[in-house]
Amino acid sequence: MSVTNAPRSAPARSAGRPPSFAGNVSAWSNRHRKWLFAAPAMIFVGILIVFPLVWTLYLSLTDSQGSVRAATEFIGFQNYLAVLTDTERFWPAVGRTLTFTGVALVCEVVLGMGIALLLWRPFRGEKWVRVAILLPLVATPVAVGMMWRLIFDPNIGFANQLLGMVGIPPQPWLSGQDTALGTTIFMDVWQWTPMVVLILLAGLTSLSDEPDEAARVDGANAFQRFFYITLPLMMPTVIVAILLRGIDALKTFDILYATKGKGGGSFNEVETLNVYAYGLSFDYNQYGLSSAVLILFFMIIIGSMWLLTMRKKAVSK
Amino acid sequence: MKRRAVMKYAAVAAALSFGLTACSGSGSDDAKESGVVRVTLANHVWTEGIKSAIPEFEQSSGLKVELTQLGEDQLSDQYNVKLNAGSDEIDVMMYRPLQEGKAFAKNGYLADLTEKVSSDSGWDWKDYQEGPVKATTADGKVVGVPIITEREVLYYRKDLLKAAGLEVPKTMEELEAAAKAIKESTPDTAGFVARTGKSTAVTQFSSFLYSFGGDFTDSSGKSAVNSDAAKKAYAYYGGLIKNYGPANVSTDMSWPEAMAIFTQGKAAFYTEADSLYKNATDPAKSKVADSVGFAPLPAGPAGSKPYNIPSWGLAVNEASSNQDNAWKFIQWATSKERTLAAQKAGVPGPRASVWSNPEGTSTYPKDLADAIAVSAENGVGHDRPEVVTVGKAREIVGEPIVASITGADASAAADSAHDAFQKFLDSEKQ
Repeated sequence: MSVTNAPRSAPARSAGRPPSFAGNVSAWSNRHRKWLFAAPAMIFVGILIVFPLVWTLYLSLTDSQGSVRAATEFIGFQNYLAVLTDTERFWPAVGRTLTFTGVALVCEVVLGMGIALLLWRPFRGEKWVRVAILLPLVATPVAVGMMWRLIFDPNIGFANQLLGMVGIPPQPWLSGQDTALGTTIFMDVWQWTPMVVLILLAGLTSLSDEPDEAARVDGANAFQRFFYITLPLMMPTVIVAILLRGIDALKTFDILYATKGKGGGSFNEVETLNVYAYGLSFDYNQYGLSSAVLILFFMIIIGSMWLLTMRKKAVSK
Repeated sequence: MKRRAVMKYAAVAAALSFGLTACSGSGSDDAKESGVVRVTLANHVWTEGIKSAIPEFEQSSGLKVELTQLGEDQLSDQYNVKLNAGSDEIDVMMYRPLQEGKAFAKNGYLADLTEKVSSDSGWDWKDYQEGPVKATTADGKVVGVPIITEREVLYYRKDLLKAAGLEVPKTMEELEAAAKAIKESTPDTAGFVARTGKSTAVTQFSSFLYSFGGDFTDSSGKSAVNSDAAKKAYAYYGGLIKNYGPANVSTDMSWPEAMAIFTQGKAAFYTEADSLYKNATDPAKSKVADSVGFAPLPAGPAGSKPYNIPSWGLAVNEASSNQDNAWKFIQWATSKERTLAAQKAGVPGPRASVWSNPEGTSTYPKDLADAIAVSAENGVGHDRPEVVTVGKAREIVGEPIVASITGADASAAADSAHDAFQKFLDSEKQ
C-alpha cells in the first residue's frame, strides 16, 4: 500500500486565538492521516496474524502439552531438534508435502495452459464450456473429498465398476498404500485446474495479437508460435498462477482430511506437514511440538514464495 | 495469499491461546442469565432420542436448551479448542470417558459432581453399574454420568449360515472355519468384516486380545502388546480380514464403512459394538435387516472376553458459570424414565434397574439381549489403553493390526509396537 505524502499544510488558524481542542485533533489527524487510514487494517492484521504467529513461536520453544493452560517450561530449541531428527513422521511428511505440491502443480499448469489455449479463441457455446469447466472450483473441498471417497470405494465405488466394464481389475485407489497419495493429487488437480485456467486465460486475452500475426506471416507453425512467442510473453502470468496455486497446494488440508482422516491413513500414506501438525495438536495434544512443525512449515512456505517472486521479477524484466 | 496461509495457522494458534475460535461462536452472554443451558452432544441414536424429548424438559424446568450436535472428530476438536481456552460457552458436554476422560480430568476441565449425584435418592446414583461409574470417576471424584454402555458382539447373517449348513460359531476356531467356508462357497461375499483403521480398530480388536488371554498392559502397568497371547490375537484378527475379508480391503475402515459392507449384504460375520445394532436391523439402513442374528463374542483360549464399557457420558464444564442448570439437564437426561426410553430405542444404558426390568430389553432382538447379558457377565471394563493421550496410544498399539491385515509379519510389528508403547508409557509417567 503506498500513500503519497501530501505536502503538509498547517491548518489555517485565525490570528491571535489559541487553537480549540477540535482544531488540535483535526490538525493532528491531518498530519498523520496516512497512518490513521491504515490503522484499522493494521490493527486487524496485528491481532489476527502477528500475535498468533508470535504466540506459536513462543509455544514452539516450550514443552506445552495436554492443555495450553497447563504450566509450561521454556526448553529452547529442543522441539525443533526433536522434529528435525524425526525420520519417522516429519521428514516423510515433508517429502509428501513437496511431492503433492510438485506433481499437482505441474499437472495443473500444463492442463490449465492447454484448456486456456482451447478457450482463447471465440467459438460457439464457449459460455457453456466455461461454466462447466469452472464447476469444480465452486464445490467445497470437504464435499469434494467425500464425493471422491464414494467414487473410489474399492468395493462399492463407481470407479472400479467403470474399470470392470472395460476389463481392468479393480484398483485400491485411496485405500492402497502406494496409490493413496496419487489419488489425492488427482482430486486436487480435478478441483483446482480451473483456477489456473482462469488466471492463464486472463493473461492470454491481454496479450496483443501483433507478434503472433507477424510470426504467422513469417510462416511459423502453431507449435513454434506457442513456444517462441506466446509462452515467453505469458511467463509472468504463469508464475503468478504457480505462486497462487503453489502456496495453496502446499497447505492442502481439507481434501486429505476428508478422504483419509486423522494421520493421513493407517500408514500415514497422505500425511503432509499440515495434516501432521494438526494431528500433533488435536490428537496428541503436543502443542509445543506442533508449533515447532508449524513454524518450520511457515518457513518452507515463505521460502518457496520468495524464490518464485525472485523468478517472477527476473522474468518480468 | 500469504496472508491466507498465515491466517489458517494463526486462527488455530489464536484459538488455542486466546479463545478466539476461528469463527467466533455465539458470543452471547446468555450463559450469565440462568434461563439457558448450552449442551454439546455427539451424533448418536441416544442424541436423537433426547433431542425429541427436549421440549418436555424445557416446559417442566422453564429452562431453554441450546443444542450443538457434532460428529465424533469435530466434537473432540471443538472440545480441544474451547476447553483449552477456558471458554464458558459449553455447560453440558457429551464425552467419551475412556477416550478423553483421563486427559480432561487431568486438565481440570470437568466439574466435580460428587455431591450432586448423591443428593437425589429418587434419581438414584446407586442404580448405576459399577464398571461405568469407575470410568467416570477420577481421583475419587465423580466427574461424569455414564449414558451409553456397549459390549462387542458377533453380528451374523442367519440366511448365509443356513445355506452353508453352519452353526453359530462359539469359538474363535469355529468362527474362522465358518468365515472360510462362506468365502469359499460365495466368492463375492466376505466371510468376515470388522474395523481396519489403525486407530479405530483398536477398540474392536481389544475383545480378541482379552479372549486370547492378553491385554495392552500387564498388572504392573508395563506394555504387554508383544506377549504371545497378543501376537496370536493380532495374527488372528488381521488374518481373518486378510484371508476371508472383502476383496481390496481398505485399511481405513471405522464402523460406518465396515457396517456398510455388512448391511449391503457383502459379509457373513461382523464383530462390532452392540449399541450400533439398529444400523443392521433397521430396514431403512440395511438391506439384510431381516436376516441379522447376534451372538456373544466367540471364545478364544482364555474364554469369551468382550469389552463391556461406558462409551459415552455427560459431564459439566468446569469453566461454565451455569453449573446448576447444567446439572438439572443431566439429571433429567439420565433419569430412570429417560434411560428406559433410550434403551427401548436401541441404546444400551448403564442403569441396573433398567436392565432388570423386562421392558428394558423388550424391543431388542432376543438373541441380542441374551448376548448382552452374557457379555455383561464376563466383560472387561476397558477397550483401549488406559492412558492420558489415548489417541497416540491407539495409533501405537494399532500398528500391528494393520500390519497383520496387509499380510506383513504381525509378530515383528508387535515387537516394535511394544518398544514404542513402553516408551510412550514411560513418557506419560514423567
